[in-house]
This record gives sequence, C-alpha cells and structure tokens, in this order.
Amino acid sequence: MPAFPKKWLWILLALAFLVPLLQPLLPDVVSNYRLFLVSTMIIAAIAVLGLNLLTGFNGQISLGHSAFYAVGAYTAAILMDKLDMPYYATLPIAAVMCFIVGYLFGLPALKLEGHYLALATFALALSVPQILKYKWLEDLTGGVQGIVLSKPDVPFGLPLNEDQWLYYYCLVVMVLLYWAAANILNSRSGRAMMAIRDQYMAADTMGIDTALYKTVTFGISAAYTGIAGALSASAIAFVAPDSFNFFLSIKFLIGLVVGGVGSLAGSVVGGIFYVLVDNSAQALSTFVKNDLGLQFDLSAYTVFGIILIVLMYLMPMGIVGGVYYLVRSMRSPGAKAREQAALKQRASS
Amino acid sequence: MGTTRRGFVGGASALALLSGSSAAFAQKKYDEGASDSEIKIGNTNPYSGPASSYAAIAKTIDAYFKSINDSGGVNGRKIKFISLDDGYSPPKTVEMVRQLVEQDKIFALFQSLGTPCNTAIHKYMNQKKVPQLYVATGASKWGDPKNFPWTMGFQPDYHTEGVIYAKHILANIKDAKVGVLHQNDDYGRDYLDGFKEGLGKETDRIVKVVTFEATDPTVDSQIIQLKDSGANVFFNVSGPKAAAQGIRKAADIDWKPAHYLNNVSASVAAVMKPAGFDNAQGIITAAYIMDATDKQWDDNAEMKEWRAWMDKNMPSANKADANHIYGYAVAALMTETLKRCGDDLTRANLMKQAASFQKFRVPLLLPGITVSTSPTDYYPIQAVQLQRFKGETWQLFGDVMHAESS
Repeated sequence: MPAFPKKWLWILLALAFLVPLLQPLLPDVVSNYRLFLVSTMIIAAIAVLGLNLLTGFNGQISLGHSAFYAVGAYTAAILMDKLDMPYYATLPIAAVMCFIVGYLFGLPALKLEGHYLALATFALALSVPQILKYKWLEDLTGGVQGIVLSKPDVPFGLPLNEDQWLYYYCLVVMVLLYWAAANILNSRSGRAMMAIRDQYMAADTMGIDTALYKTVTFGISAAYTGIAGALSASAIAFVAPDSFNFFLSIKFLIGLVVGGVGSLAGSVVGGIFYVLVDNSAQALSTFVKNDLGLQFDLSAYTVFGIILIVLMYLMPMGIVGGVYYLVRSMRSPGAKAREQAALKQRASS
Repeated sequence: MGTTRRGFVGGASALALLSGSSAAFAQKKYDEGASDSEIKIGNTNPYSGPASSYAAIAKTIDAYFKSINDSGGVNGRKIKFISLDDGYSPPKTVEMVRQLVEQDKIFALFQSLGTPCNTAIHKYMNQKKVPQLYVATGASKWGDPKNFPWTMGFQPDYHTEGVIYAKHILANIKDAKVGVLHQNDDYGRDYLDGFKEGLGKETDRIVKVVTFEATDPTVDSQIIQLKDSGANVFFNVSGPKAAAQGIRKAADIDWKPAHYLNNVSASVAAVMKPAGFDNAQGIITAAYIMDATDKQWDDNAEMKEWRAWMDKNMPSANKADANHIYGYAVAALMTETLKRCGDDLTRANLMKQAASFQKFRVPLLLPGITVSTSPTDYYPIQAVQLQRFKGETWQLFGDVMHAESS
C-alpha cells in the first residue's frame, strides 16, 4: 500500500497541534472531554501501530497484544506508584521492558506459524491478567484492586489544562513513534521484514537472518504497544487486571483490519475508528430505538458488529486502502471514460 | 434634580424586580444538571460483557424513574436518567463517566456498578465535586467522608457482614474451628478482614483459608481441603455460581459443618435450588432485603406493591431476580433524597440530604432495617438479620443486628 502523501501529513499535523488552542473560542466544540477522547484515540492508534508492525509488515499474527499493553501500563504504574517516578520517565522503561518480554516471547514463537502462533499469543493474553492478580506480585500490582494514579501535571507552567497537556503529550509521542516506524520500514531492516512476510523461503535464501528479524520485530511491536499501555496508565490514572482482558487484543485487531493491514496511516485510522465506534455504538442503538421509533432493541455490540460487516464488504482493504483505490479510480482516465459510458447507457435506456 | 413620578415608579419597580429575583434565588438554587424542569442523573452499568446480568438493576432504576416522572416527577421536576454501558471495564468507566459529567452535564452519578469501576473514578468524582451516590458495590471503602466526601455506598458493607458472622459463631458454637473459602479479590478479602475483626482475639479459630478465582470452573478441590483441615464451621464467601457448587460438593463428600454463606449468594432461585434443597438445610446467612421467592412476604404491603409495579412497568422481567428488588429499593431511596433537596438542587445539598437520614424506611428492606446516615457515617444500611435455610425458603431468626464498621 502506498505511503500517505507528505503534504497532507503536514497539514493534518498542523491541525492536530492547533485545534486545542481554539478552546477559548469554541469551548463547547473543543471541550476537555473531547480532547481526552482524542487522546485515547491516539493511544489506541499507537497500540494498533505496534500490532501493524508485526502483523501487517512482518506477517506474524498476534492475539496477545493486550498482554504487552498490560505490561507497559503496569510498568509505568508501578514505577510511578512505588518509586514516585515522573510519568514521562516511565515511557522508555516501559518500552524496554516490553521489548524484552516481546523478544523473549518471539523466541519460542519462531517455531509457531499462522494459527499456532495465534493460539500461543491468545494464551498469553489470557494469562497476563491472572498473573497480575497472583499473590506474590500482589504487593507490586495491587492485585485485583489495581493501582490508582494521579494525572500528569502540566510542566514548565505552560498555560494549558490537564487534558490539553495530556493531548499534546500523547500526540508528540505518537508523531515520534510514527516517524521512527516509517524510517524503520524504509530501511534495509524494513525491507527484510516485509520480504519475510511476502516470501519466507526466498528471504531466507537471500541471506536474511529470519530468526533475528522475526524476534526483533516481535520485540519492537511489543515495545510500541507497551508505550501505548504506559500512556493509557497516565491518561486513565488507574490500572487493574480487568482492564486488560482478551477483548482488548481483539479491539487492536479490529483497528488493524479496519484501518488497513500493512499501512502506517491505516493504524492511526484504525485506532480512531475503534474508539469512535465503541463510544457511539450505544448512542446509535438508543437513537434507532427512541428517535427512529423502531422496535429493535439492538445492543451496542450488535451495532458495532453491523458496522464492521458493512465496512468489510465495502472496503476489504481497510479504510485507508478503500479510500486510496477510490481516489485512484476517480483520477485515472480509464475510470472516467467508463463512468461516462455508463452514464450514456443510462441516458439512452 | 427633582425626581419625576415616572422615574420613581420605574426605579421602584426595577428594585422590586431585583429583590424579587434575589428572593427567587434564595428559594431555588441549582448546580449544573438541575433546572426548573429537569434533574439529570448519570449511571454506568455493564450492559455487555461477563457481568451483564447486573444490568437488570439499571433497567429497574430506569423504569422506576419513568414511573415517578409519569406521576409528576420530583417536586415538579422530571428525572432524566442517562445510563451508559461500561462493560465492567474500569478504563471504559472513566471514559463514560467523563462523558456524563463533562458532556451530558449530569447533576449526580448514581448507582455506578462494580468495585474496580468505582475505584477508577473515585478520585475524579471527588476532584470534580460531583456526587457519586449509593454506588452498587459493598466494599467498605465507599464510606470515607473525610477523604472522599462526594462518595457514598448503599448496601451493608462486606466488612460489617463479616463482623456479624464472627460474633454469631463466637456466641453460638463451642470450640469453633473455622474453614474459610473466599473469592480472591477485594470483595473476598473485605469479608475476611471483617470476619477476623469480629473474632477479635480469637482469630486462631480460623484453621484454614482457601481461595478461588472468579473465573475458576469449580471449587471442588477447595472444599475437599477445607474438610481435611478438620473445620466444623464453614464461612463461605463466594458468588452465586461457586456458592451453589460449594454447597453441593460439601454434601457429596459428607462434610457437615455449620455453614455461613455470604449474603451475595442468598438467592433461593440462583443458589439454593441448583445446590439442592436437601444439601442446603441449615445454612445461615445475613439478609437486609426481602427475597421475592420467599412466600412469607406474600402478604407484605411493600412486596404486593412491588409485584403490582413490576407487572405494570416491567412485565417481561423475571421477578425471581433479586436485582429487581435491589434496583427498586435503591431508586426509591434516591428519589426520596432528591425530594428532600427541595428547591435547593445543589450538589452540596444533595450530599447533605443523603447524609442526614434518620431511621428512614426504604421499601423492601427487611422489617426493622432502616437507613441512617450522618456527616461522619456514609454507610446507609448497616443492619442485617440472620436467616436459616429450612425446607425451600429462608427463615429469619434472632433480632436485627447492627454493627458499626470502622
């Protein structure tokens, strides 16, 4: 899939940085709650980005990314809670921690492919919440009660409120990670990663150290998702094992597939998508029932499911892929000619 | 400059207007979310996910407020109940509650469900100074007005209940050797802490403590361990599914201790029947609310009223589900609290009213149990009555017991 046009990227980025400053002018549109929501979208986007590096660009499937997310969140939370570490210092440590866990998990995963790897990672996702509750770790993790944290303070006396600051903090982290990912993929290592995805045997024959690349990709992917987890610990200001159940992994996967597998921009779209739909599904279901007057008692998840099915039919390549092909077919002269022919036919009939 | 008549009249009427409006201000005070016509009450409940059976509570509350609105509302104001799904997931609760407070601008949050979910928003609600009233969890931490003046519980806390069982055991069973089974989380540990406190110096009465995870398929091996420990008293702190399994297993291996079961699992329909009535004879539990399947309440006026209300407002619901009784009772308490606020609908006054109930009777509580609160006592219901299972139903015995929790 093609890279996102650079011009648009800069415009979007400038908008993302400027919009929160409009708060004094449009207090209802740019509310603190909306900024917080966008921050959670950014966090989701980073997590999906991590999964995309592994699944989209390296061809390894994972149902266990909620586990790395949990490890990142707990690493940050424990450091803040027990060692009074500032929230920003926890990010690199959470990243390193998750890289190690991901790398170690990647070693046995070398022997597993496709469905078997999916099952192994599934087991990881199921076991981590249980491990967090374990007696020996309880002093550290707070057991089922979790850990209550404080929200990040605004540094340097900047004239921002907590939610604005959180938004910028998440945004900057995402931009850095996005930039890093784009550079990795554009390098020799990135091409090796993708070669392994496309033709494992050929890549091996070409002299690519497939075992090394696969495990390191697992580590990097886990580190990305772990950073997202650490950010979420700061944003939500609370971690508990119940927050990191298996369903979170599925949500990342939904974000990945809906946004676009193997597309960096798709990860961001996917992250935004699942937070948005997850939040508005309930509103939509009550809208159907109360305002449209239909007697369907649709649950929020039914609505979510219907939206997913429709999207998968209309845009099997994900939103970014779908939009790309739409734009391309509109631009190409062949498509125009075909369109005109169709119009003529319609007019004559 | 002489004062013209018109000027004087104008000035006087302006003054009258001003004083009139200030008088109106003195009478009617509003915080965000309350107005002349409406009071917005927010709520989070697990409509989806593994804990979704609890959503019956929010549905009952919704129906209750609707019926209140149909009969004129509270002091002429309609209650707008906005209940959102958090799937029993704490981060989702944070998102939803922020939406309720900042976007929907609710007056107060009411009956948000789940211990971890409420923990996640505990600090936030108190920072924002928005009431987090009558939360749907029995953890003891909700009654801490010194540090969290905007949060209040509802049901007897698990800690208190544990104290009561311990006192009953000490008073009635000689040479008690207690085996404890509890769910491995704060709900289970709250009970155990209270139980130990109740035992006082005699905590060595506890000969064995075994735990299980809420997700464990059975508790068979734990029951066998308890039997082997030689315990003659069984303190059973488990949810409905595990409780039924535990009762059945104990009977299967012929272990017949004095059995104390936590009130969470006192449902005849959901626990006693599946465990087998023969196996459940003699079990003791504490109750504060009437059981709809219990025939002794058939002629009770409140129960009759509730049944009629259910037939009218929730005709398709299963009346044997205790959540409907719970939801009805707590909604009645909330309505009364709002009523007592009168025209002073400020959040501070709401908390003040919630903290000044004196032996107030809430429908469907057991006879003799009332709601009492004070600025230093944020535990509305603190009394329970013990009951013993006999035949196919519970039989209350002894007096209503009160325990002051620490």
